[in-house]
Amino acid sequence: MFFLIAAFTLITALMSVTEKKIFRAAIYLLFSMMGVAGIYFWLNYDFIAAVQIIVYVGGIVVLIIFSIFLTQQVGRAMEKPKRLRVSFSLLAVLFAFAFCFIIIWQNEFTNVEESSVELTANTIGEQLLSLTGHGYILPFEVVSMLLLAAMVGCIVIALKQVPVTVLKKEKQNSTLS
Amino acid sequence: MEVGLTHLLFVSTALFFIGVFGFLTRRNMITMLMSIELILNSVNINFIAFNKYLYGGNLDGVFFTLFLIAIAAAEAAVAIAIIINLYRSHSSIDIENADEMKF
Amino acid sequence: MFNNINILLIPLLPLVGFLLLGLFGKKHFKSSAGWIGTLSLLASTALSLITAYQYFFVSGKVNGVFQKLEVVKFAWLEFSPGMSINMGVLLDPISVMMIVIVTFVSLMVHIYSLGYMKGEERYSTYYAFLSLFTFSMLGLVLSSNIFQIYIFWELVGVSSFLLIGFYFDKPSAVAASKKAFIVTRFADLGFLIGILLLSFHAQTLDFKLLIERLTTATPQLQSTIATSFLGASVLTWGLLLIFIGGAGKSAMFPLHIWLPDAMEGPAPVSALIHAATMVVAGVYLVARLFPVFAISCPVALHVVGYIGGFSALFAATIACTQTDIKRVLAYSTMSQIGYMMLALGVSGYGGENGLGFTASMFHLFTHAMFKALLFLGAGAVIHYVHSNEMKDMGGLRKYMPVTHLTFLIACLAIAGVPPFSGFFSKEEILSAAYQSHKGIYFVALATAGLTAFYMFRLYFSIFWKKEYKTNHESVDEHHGEAPWTMKIPLLLLGVMAICAGFVPFGLFVSSDGISWPSEFNLMMSIAPVAIGLAGIGLAWIIYKSENNLSGRVSEAGRGLYQSAYHKFYIDEVYLFVTKKVVFNLIGRPSAWIDKNIVDGAINLSADLTDDTSGLIKGWQSGKLQQYAIWFFVGVIGMVWLFVYMLN
Repeated sequence: MFFLIAAFTLITALMSVTEKKIFRAAIYLLFSMMGVAGIYFWLNYDFIAAVQIIVYVGGIVVLIIFSIFLTQQVGRAMEKPKRLRVSFSLLAVLFAFAFCFIIIWQNEFTNVEESSVELTANTIGEQLLSLTGHGYILPFEVVSMLLLAAMVGCIVIALKQVPVTVLKKEKQNSTLS
Repeated sequence: MEVGLTHLLFVSTALFFIGVFGFLTRRNMITMLMSIELILNSVNINFIAFNKYLYGGNLDGVFFTLFLIAIAAAEAAVAIAIIINLYRSHSSIDIENADEMKF
Repeated sequence: MFNNINILLIPLLPLVGFLLLGLFGKKHFKSSAGWIGTLSLLASTALSLITAYQYFFVSGKVNGVFQKLEVVKFAWLEFSPGMSINMGVLLDPISVMMIVIVTFVSLMVHIYSLGYMKGEERYSTYYAFLSLFTFSMLGLVLSSNIFQIYIFWELVGVSSFLLIGFYFDKPSAVAASKKAFIVTRFADLGFLIGILLLSFHAQTLDFKLLIERLTTATPQLQSTIATSFLGASVLTWGLLLIFIGGAGKSAMFPLHIWLPDAMEGPAPVSALIHAATMVVAGVYLVARLFPVFAISCPVALHVVGYIGGFSALFAATIACTQTDIKRVLAYSTMSQIGYMMLALGVSGYGGENGLGFTASMFHLFTHAMFKALLFLGAGAVIHYVHSNEMKDMGGLRKYMPVTHLTFLIACLAIAGVPPFSGFFSKEEILSAAYQSHKGIYFVALATAGLTAFYMFRLYFSIFWKKEYKTNHESVDEHHGEAPWTMKIPLLLLGVMAICAGFVPFGLFVSSDGISWPSEFNLMMSIAPVAIGLAGIGLAWIIYKSENNLSGRVSEAGRGLYQSAYHKFYIDEVYLFVTKKVVFNLIGRPSAWIDKNIVDGAINLSADLTDDTSGLIKGWQSGKLQQYAIWFFVGVIGMVWLFVYMLN
């Protein structure tokens, strides 16, 4: 079962980065995310899998698709990447992958502690918000601040501005006249 | 064959380098953003796998994954805002066109 | 004991006046600026008189010796426990005498300026500058250490610069102020080096300690004398360098060239700064360090004496030929300051030997009174005639009776006619010179005769000679001699010029602080009085009425007359040295070095940078993915390095 999910995830991810049409690439990404969620399910981390589906599949990929609609003509094929760069990147990536995997393969992992925690939404919530031991209340607050800042930042960045090209044209006009 | 930690790490490593490859070759900024999401996902898988197989007594890996997902969401939102703004000013989201920041 | 607040207030009141007028004068005190300045100075004068009374008659004297009292003292800059610069107030006979002179003359000038500067565009600025000057001068005389005196020394230099250049729309005034500043600044460099030398070896900046260590047998004195440079000990060098600073401020030869030009400032300013107070700062400085000069290094003191004597005679000669009345007075000032320096130079230390010191301070005191009076009188004349030139004047005695009377008093005083004040101080100087150095005595005697001659030449040319004819354009302006604000200071100073000589100065000021009655030597006074009267008589003959005698005299001594008229070409020598020698021999080569070698090195490094950056700027392509590839390769390389190489 695991091999099936892993193969699905990797193949869709590969399709996502090589597909010529951008909308299809986004859909492949969506499947790839589902595949990752599948891995979490397989590991019995149901809560994380649910979050993965909600945030990535339901949020981020949809957001990406929206932005594609805003900026792109959907049906048209994208410009091809430069061949030299593709070959060079492929070489570097394959080498690095082999290198990293050899390291992982050779490494002996030792189990530190046995799995003992019941992984329900209840335990996760309580431990996340607790102040003692492995509680994560402070990072939790920090992340909430980060989300707020990101929201404000998005609004500021996306505020309507005069495009640079228009400015350039105006400048040219004024110098000409 | 018993599926172990190494298998999971193989998956995450492969996903990571697929993302890197996409990031290096794609010219469209939105697809580059997608590659980044793949990279982040591979990291998430790593966290979960280590938590599952090595540190089962605690939930630290789970929390890190949760935070990463939140940060990824914020990052995607900001990135898309930047991309849209760039599209407004350059009428294009090709990374090759956004090279004003040079010598 | 003393009320320290009072003493501190003496210099601080003018400072407050300066800040008030300088900051808000133009807006708020446009018309009342003069009164504010005058009142603050009036208070200051009263306080300094009280202080003088207390010092001389109540508490200054302990066991028959006037003490050096450091009434205020605090650390200003503390570099390390052993080294700090203090600020303080030092009271001793000469500083107390100086604060009285400074505040009194400054008060007179303030009152006088109420009339003289009336209607001036920058009236409040003028008073602000006057207050600044008074503050700095008081700070200078009250300084308790040599570094503090240097600070105030520069401050008076600055305020003198500001006041000379007060009419800054006149190019000559601007040039004069620049000249004064640069020449004195040049001399101050010597002063600073002298301070550093002396204080380094004495290991203190404090006057009291410095004098104590350098006059008694201490390790510091030993080291100062033992270290020698170019054949003279460091002590001699230090004292001479300090004297150079003093010579710059006091317009001693050859640093005197700024003083005649400084007459471009308003007349009251000349009276205050360039006659009575600032220019005697050099004398004050030598007097302040007098024990060191007299006890440890008589050579330096002799130099002071010779330069003083030479300047006195030299300036007196020039004064006989000048036609601008203020310039005559400027050279006369220079000559009289030379007199004071000469007196210090011939003096010894302690008791009877210290006659020269006492005489010098005495002359400083009387000179401040009658020279301020002369300048203020000249100011009144210029105010009336609207010209500085002698040929535009003559016969003014009927039109300006008060000015005439006071001017005459001052002329008699400076000529040394008994019983006016100058007579007494001059007589003391001459007897001191006679006792120790005959050559200097004759120089001084000749100077006395010349002084009488040129002063009465000036007097007759202004007030007698011919009938004064007003040219018709300015007739309407001449309603009267001068406003009462100008007459009162003239009269007060006139009274002082008569009476100041009767002060038994030896009782108060002496080289070692011990009072001694200076006895009046009748025999000694015959020669100077006779030669003074002769000078007056000569001036009477030549200048009393209109005749061509003066022309004939100047024709007879043509060469001397011409060179004296051109101030012995000192200015030309300076110009030659600066323009030709310094410019061609130092300026041009250094400009060449600067252009070709220094700039060349800079250009070379700039070109190198430019070329290198041209080579490597391609890396900064602006293409994100290129950066990413490099980054990626770098990370992989580092991982490889850490895993396989460093394990």
